[in-house]
Amino acid sequence: MDTTGTLFMPSGASTISGEVDAVFNFILIAGSIIFAIVVGLIIFFSVRYRRRDKPGLTSGISHNLKLELTWTIIPVILVFFAFYFGFKTYLKMSIVPGNAIEIKATGQKWFWSFDYPEGVTTVNELVVPVDQPVKVLLSSQDVIHSFFVPNFRIKMDVLPNRYTVTWFEAHQKGEYNLFCAEYCGTEHSEMVGKVRVVSESEYQNWLEESSTAGEGMTPAEYGAKLYISKSCNTCHSIDGTAGNGPSFKNIFGKTEKFADGSQAVVDENYLRESILEPANKIVAGYQNIMPTYQGLVKDREIDALIAYMKTLSNEQQ
Amino acid sequence: MNTIESPNYMNAKKGILSWLFTLDHKRIGILYLIGIMAAFALGGILAMLIRMELIHPGQDIMDADTYNQVFTLHGAVMIFLFIIPSIPAALGNFFLPIMIGARDVAFPKLNLASWWIFIGGSLFAVFSMYAGAVDTGWTFYTPYSTKTGTAVISMTLGVFILGFSSIFTGLNFIVTIHKLRAPGLTWYKLPLFVWGLYATAIIQVLATPVLGMTLILLILERVFQIGIFDPAMGGDPVLFQHFFWFYSHPAVYIMILPGMGIISELISVFAHKKIFGYKAIAYSSLAIAFISFLVWGHHMFVSGQSEIAAMIFSFLTFLVGIPSGIKVFNWLTTLYKGSITFETPMLYALSFLFLFTIGGLTGIFLGALATDVHLHDTYFVVAHFHYVMVGGTVMAFMGGLHYWWPKMFGRMYNEKWAKFAALLIFVGFNITFFTQFILGSQGMPRRYYNYLDQYQPLHAFSSYGSWILGLGFLIAFIYLFYAAFKGRPAGRNPWGALTFEWETPSPPPTENFDKDPVLRHEPYDYDKVLVERTYPEK
Ligand code: HEC
Ligand SMILES: [Cu+2]
Ligand SMILES: [Cu+2]
Repeated sequence: MDTTGTLFMPSGASTISGEVDAVFNFILIAGSIIFAIVVGLIIFFSVRYRRRDKPGLTSGISHNLKLELTWTIIPVILVFFAFYFGFKTYLKMSIVPGNAIEIKATGQKWFWSFDYPEGVTTVNELVVPVDQPVKVLLSSQDVIHSFFVPNFRIKMDVLPNRYTVTWFEAHQKGEYNLFCAEYCGTEHSEMVGKVRVVSESEYQNWLEESSTAGEGMTPAEYGAKLYISKSCNTCHSIDGTAGNGPSFKNIFGKTEKFADGSQAVVDENYLRESILEPANKIVAGYQNIMPTYQGLVKDREIDALIAYMKTLSNEQQ
Repeated sequence: MNTIESPNYMNAKKGILSWLFTLDHKRIGILYLIGIMAAFALGGILAMLIRMELIHPGQDIMDADTYNQVFTLHGAVMIFLFIIPSIPAALGNFFLPIMIGARDVAFPKLNLASWWIFIGGSLFAVFSMYAGAVDTGWTFYTPYSTKTGTAVISMTLGVFILGFSSIFTGLNFIVTIHKLRAPGLTWYKLPLFVWGLYATAIIQVLATPVLGMTLILLILERVFQIGIFDPAMGGDPVLFQHFFWFYSHPAVYIMILPGMGIISELISVFAHKKIFGYKAIAYSSLAIAFISFLVWGHHMFVSGQSEIAAMIFSFLTFLVGIPSGIKVFNWLTTLYKGSITFETPMLYALSFLFLFTIGGLTGIFLGALATDVHLHDTYFVVAHFHYVMVGGTVMAFMGGLHYWWPKMFGRMYNEKWAKFAALLIFVGFNITFFTQFILGSQGMPRRYYNYLDQYQPLHAFSSYGSWILGLGFLIAFIYLFYAAFKGRPAGRNPWGALTFEWETPSPPPTENFDKDPVLRHEPYDYDKVLVERTYPEK
């Protein structure tokens, strides 16, 4: 369990989380009191009015206007408060502050990608500055997903063909889980990303570094990093075991059979095409589920990935 | 000395065909009972598999695709094949006519047809297991369900067909209650179980067609590539959610209202006390039935629906909770100054009060907008609806089954085993599902095959609980089955209850009564009439 939170809630890291927790606790306390009364009465009546001797006639009371009004009106008032508090906080959660920075988030089977206005693109990692409202513009490439960050208490469905919006302002630096909360198929439970909240200066550095990423590394080293950070690893292994997609082990130079019966030798152009237009040639025995990485990887990154795949193969060059 | 009176509906005619083509509502009730028990067993085994898989993160006993099919089937089987028909079609069919002093339902042939349709629809649904299995979740959300390569069509066609069985039963009950009541049995003298069935029937007839249309649209879209829900073809996936929940929220009340009816009977009989607030209970059933049509949007607070819509749906959701609360207070007050005994049916009724109250109160967290955003699609929701559907409906069903078993078969089950099983079920249920409230509010999303390590201890706990729960049900089935053939004769009225069904022999004759039923008192007149129990035998 997350030890930083309470029994029920994980630690709150956004400006809204305290308020959501207050609504939760209000209902929890009011509900617990009602529950205690109900259970208390069940037990008390069960003991007090347990049949002790032969059955006989019992009291015929069947109405008591005052009592019935009481147990109608008090719950009405309580739930009205629950409604009101819930709605008030929800409104705040719905109205994006004017000074928010905007990040585009895309859900697809089965990973998240984020596009920053500065041109940086990340996969499964959302990096944001602390104490700064962030608007997340959401859309999906395929089925419905849902953007859920428990520590921020936000969730919003991610739809194909339509934009939805959520926002948050993190007030606590740290790393938080990002879940997909709407069932989306085989790897639904692997569609887990991270939200990294950093200081403003760290954020600026990170943006800087990301746009010049890969410098000082060999292409193959950089490719190994991208293999993880672009989520290729959710479907492709490097040890020869077949996952949702074929393994990258010994991929380069082998003769690949396709679903339509044709064949091709795996070379650089084939790999590039497989990344950008995966639907063109479907490897026999697999389904057409690989998302296109068009727009998600730059040329330089494709080069690095290909270099990396070559190192996994016996037959190099 | 009690004996089994003969001839009765069970031995009046012989041979398997005399059962499969019977027009006797009691036999049809038994046929339904067999069908839903098979469905319950199947759904239960699937549930145990789910909990087995979730005991650790990663793979334990099946891969991700299998898991997704298993939880889909668990949900679909439990909802469409078990809970929806459970109380109305099995217990309702058997007892509604007897409780109103009638010889049968208004349309016996329609009744038989509904059972055959139920079997046909169930076969389609179960067939989809072989035809590649469905992995959409029981909610069939688009566009996933229009894209996934599995047997969505046979499953949705099965559910579509099952809908007709539900509509036929509802229609039959409405007409039966209006037209076939015994002389003098006015509306306010009806047993509350009948009121519950009546309110349920209204929803069955009005809401089920919407589900049928929705599923047909889905099938048309898949087969003919018409763009209705799939945005790739110009459709709107959220439209499907609106259609689906327009049926499926009211369906929640199809599942719970008959259970509430049973609880009203049980509490009054075993508290040996006039029911408190008869009219309030009766009318709150109707109020629930009507408001239930106006709250579907609470399943869609984070679907991109407008804030105004969210506000209205949240408000109406709170309104629909009030009548349920009123019922709980009425049942509680019925215990006051009673002469309470604690036979097995009463244990289930008290379990219901305990668990349903938790189910209802946790609904407030989900009805309130701010908290729902966090809790939606997490295990909190899973826990909430299991508290309502299992803690509510299944407890009521088990209570009703134990209460009426001696009437249906003329024989009593072993009370010690029954109490032991009830205890296991109560304890096992709470261990299994209370943990899930915490999992959910901690952020664990539902329908996850794999999960982060931090959730492991609670998942393991939940799985251990499921073993206790499963054992409880297993024991219950064994002794009930045994009792139906070998139990001690129970006599006409083992509980000293006042409704019509206890005046006739156990099991009842084909015509339901050996002499014309005459209304001598109201169903809950424990302040005026005392009837001797026929069991245990003196
Ligand atoms: C959602 C799962 C998934 C993800 C994520 C994914 N792929 Fe694929 N990939 C597949 C599947 C399935 C195939 C086989 C079907 C096909 O040919 O389209 C495939 C095929 C390939 C092939 C051709 C393999 C062969 O043996 O001929 C290459 C190369 C490839 N992917 C590279 C990548 C790279 C690089 C990434 C990350 C940037 C990636 N994939 C991410 C599922 C995925
Ligand atoms: Cu998902
Ligand atoms: Cu609902």
